[in-house]
Amino acid sequence: MDVFSALADPTRRKIIELLADSGQLPAAEIAAHFPVSAPAISQHLKVLQEAGLVSVERRAQQRIYSLDPQAMLEMEDWSRRLRHLWNRRFDALEILLEQEMRKEQQHEQE
Amino acid sequence: MNKNNLVVDRSARSYTMSRVFSAPRELVWKASTDPELMPKWWGPSYLTTVVDKMDLKVGGVWRMIQTDSQGNVYAFNGIYKEIDPPSRLSMTFEFEPMAGHISTETLVFEELPGGRTKIIATTTFNTLEDLEGMLQSGMESGAVESWDRLEELLETVKA
Repeated sequence: MDVFSALADPTRRKIIELLADSGQLPAAEIAAHFPVSAPAISQHLKVLQEAGLVSVERRAQQRIYSLDPQAMLEMEDWSRRLRHLWNRRFDALEILLEQEMRKEQQHEQE
Repeated sequence: MNKNNLVVDRSARSYTMSRVFSAPRELVWKASTDPELMPKWWGPSYLTTVVDKMDLKVGGVWRMIQTDSQGNVYAFNGIYKEIDPPSRLSMTFEFEPMAGHISTETLVFEELPGGRTKIIATTTFNTLEDLEGMLQSGMESGAVESWDRLEELLETVKA
């Protein structure tokens, strides 16, 4: 699953927020934050891992999850593109509107 | 001006950007519908944008052609769905090399005190895949904005 489908789910976004706050967490501790079953959370973690959003490290009997910084960077890039498209259009429109208003003023003065 | 105004609504398969302009609504409407003015802001500055068709009526066809410095041509077309001057304009949008992937762009023009106008631009995709495809296509890249906080990021990706 891709990054954005993975993030379409509110539980998975909450997991990302938890990991952002804590750095890294064992699966059991993540599950403790949610009312749903541990297997359900483990399924969500699997989706996040497949999307490359989190990485997992086995330590003794535990699976420790943390955010994957590369995926976060890619997401930022994605959002920036959208902002950029419309900000660029809006910047150009701002300039055009100023020019048009100046033209109208000159017209009135004549 | 706060430019961090992107909202992605995944359940509606849409994203919205808005901005306030210091110009009266009639003029903002004109800049968005006049075949001379519209291409001046719609396309990026490194491409020449010309209007091929702009049949400004519901069901009417628009088509714009962009040319880069090497002479490569990129064409876009669509159909006007709503025309309610000077407050609302909606049209379909199709990048011709990706025919069939049709999105809808809706511009809402809000009149504000002091001769100002707010534009709320919403782009809606037929499928989530189209939304993501557009986002990842690298159609636009460039100016890096300072925006590195995860909380904000997640805020914009609301389901």
